[in-house]
Amino acid sequence: MPDATLSTPHRFGAIGRLIRGLHLPLNDPFAIAGIAIYTVFILVAIFADQLAPYDPTEILYTADYDLAADRRPGEDGFILGTTSLGRDIFSQLVYGSRAALLIGITAAFMVALIGTIVGLLAGYFGGWVDLVLMRLADIAFGIPFLPFVIVIAAFLDPSIWNVVLAMALVLWRDTGRVIRSQVLTLRTRAYVQAARVCGSSDLKIVFRHIAPNILPLSFLYGSIAIGWAILTEASISFLGFGDPETISWGYMLQDAFASAALSQGAYYWFVPPGLCIILVVVAGFFISRGYEEILFPRLKE
Amino acid sequence: MALVQQIGGRLLQLVFVLWAVATILFLMFRLMPGNPLAAYIDVTFTEEQQLALMAKFGLDRPLWEQYFIYLWNLLHGELGDSFFYRQPVFDRLMVLLPNTLILAFGSLIIAYAFGIIAGSYLAWKRGSVGEQVAIPLVLTTRAMPEFWLGMVLLAVFSFWLGWFPAGGMRSPGAEFDSVGALYTSRDFLAHLVLPIATLAIYSQGLPLLLMRSNMLDVMREDFVTMARIKGLSSFTVVVRHAARNALLPVMTSFAIGVGYQIQGNVVVETVFSWPGIGRELVNAVAASDYPLAQGAFLLIAVVFVLMNFIADMLYGLLDPRVSHA
Repeated sequence: MPDATLSTPHRFGAIGRLIRGLHLPLNDPFAIAGIAIYTVFILVAIFADQLAPYDPTEILYTADYDLAADRRPGEDGFILGTTSLGRDIFSQLVYGSRAALLIGITAAFMVALIGTIVGLLAGYFGGWVDLVLMRLADIAFGIPFLPFVIVIAAFLDPSIWNVVLAMALVLWRDTGRVIRSQVLTLRTRAYVQAARVCGSSDLKIVFRHIAPNILPLSFLYGSIAIGWAILTEASISFLGFGDPETISWGYMLQDAFASAALSQGAYYWFVPPGLCIILVVVAGFFISRGYEEILFPRLKE
Repeated sequence: MALVQQIGGRLLQLVFVLWAVATILFLMFRLMPGNPLAAYIDVTFTEEQQLALMAKFGLDRPLWEQYFIYLWNLLHGELGDSFFYRQPVFDRLMVLLPNTLILAFGSLIIAYAFGIIAGSYLAWKRGSVGEQVAIPLVLTTRAMPEFWLGMVLLAVFSFWLGWFPAGGMRSPGAEFDSVGALYTSRDFLAHLVLPIATLAIYSQGLPLLLMRSNMLDVMREDFVTMARIKGLSSFTVVVRHAARNALLPVMTSFAIGVGYQIQGNVVVETVFSWPGIGRELVNAVAASDYPLAQGAFLLIAVVFVLMNFIADMLYGLLDPRVSHA
């Protein structure tokens, strides 16, 4: 019988184990709302080609060859109207979800990955490894985040990957510190001691026995970082340091701002991208709140 | 003695972080694509100016020597000359710093006053319908891009209703006898309303949520129960007993808030064309005015790091249970 219990996790396969290991907060209504919002945006991003009636960068003309600029919502069949350059706002909004999710998820993944590795190494090995890594974290905490990303984005080629890189270089600090302190308590647990006595190597103990236990924590900090990354990309694009090839919500807002959409009262142009950003970021907050209640049950009282 | 050691250790860390940030900045601006001389010398400078700057920053020397000259100059507040303004970067930044500080402190004072009151109220009314609506609403304000909120306020209150000016710090042509007269003039205050409102709406979430969770902790403590048993009204218990004790950590977070505002103000200052450090940084980076960009970044970093340090110290001093060990 012990063999059967040992082999159960394998029946679910690696992915099944991973998903169960993440402890998704499925009993919290806010967290479910958050997951639902994410699902919708992910579907929109996947099916953007089918959902968007036009190419987001295409300059559109009416049937009698007039530039279809500054159309109000519904006018000439444009769901949300057009920009001053005659581009379809709804299509830009749809494609913007691709940029947002791409940036949010890659940045969050990098933040969680770097933070987790740093936390694991610093917490487990202690000594000078810990000293060096935690001083690096101190430095990362001392760097003003937005100005740093602005300077990196402006000096390197304007691409979303440079923005993601700049964010990852700074934001790993929170994850790293929290995971380190968690590892400090885990490494004294009996089963870790037992593994050591059995002659497991340090690497095996860290990645086999300790890492799975801090996975939910990495995921929590990752879900917070998604929101930060999307907000930061929006700010960078708004300031004009974004990727000119990518249609993002931040780019739309910059375009609207620079084209005097505010004074023309073109709400249909600059309100929807902002609402999309809020929805995605709030969804991340809701999921992370659900997580916190699982990880730190005291908060629930 | 332990306290002195703690403060000493933390001070050492502060100096270390400032040094590291300055070094990163040096490397960032030297290793960027293009001529390394471009960090200080613009081609349009006269030959005399160029030679003077070469000498001042040792631009003809090897990189490591330049580094020490750079650090030495920083210690003396010597940040080079702005390409665009043709004046020392330090002087230029000192003119702009008060504008940024007015925005940061003004909005944070409003945000904290509101956040503390609303946070205590929500803790008091825990479990009510109002609370269940308010918390997601507060989270939503935290999820807004600050500049977008600024855009919406501009569109509504400036362009549509015409209540407030659309940007800048004073009306064109408005002259003032002194800086003091400017900062107290009706014109300046009218320009101040929308940027401050934007930042305050964005910033109130942190003190509000912090105050609420502290209140919930404090309300479980014995002295609060005692006050209740004494028959004090629920309002008195909340305000006189619980809120007072929950306030300390919120107040220390104010310092962190100032630090975050100084670095996050960049976008809001740009939306409202507010002549502050953040907008200067953006403009300088966009215009490749490297000395000015470097100086603005450094000033923001110094304020940011100092505020974190102050928050840490306050936290330890106000609540002796916290140790820095």
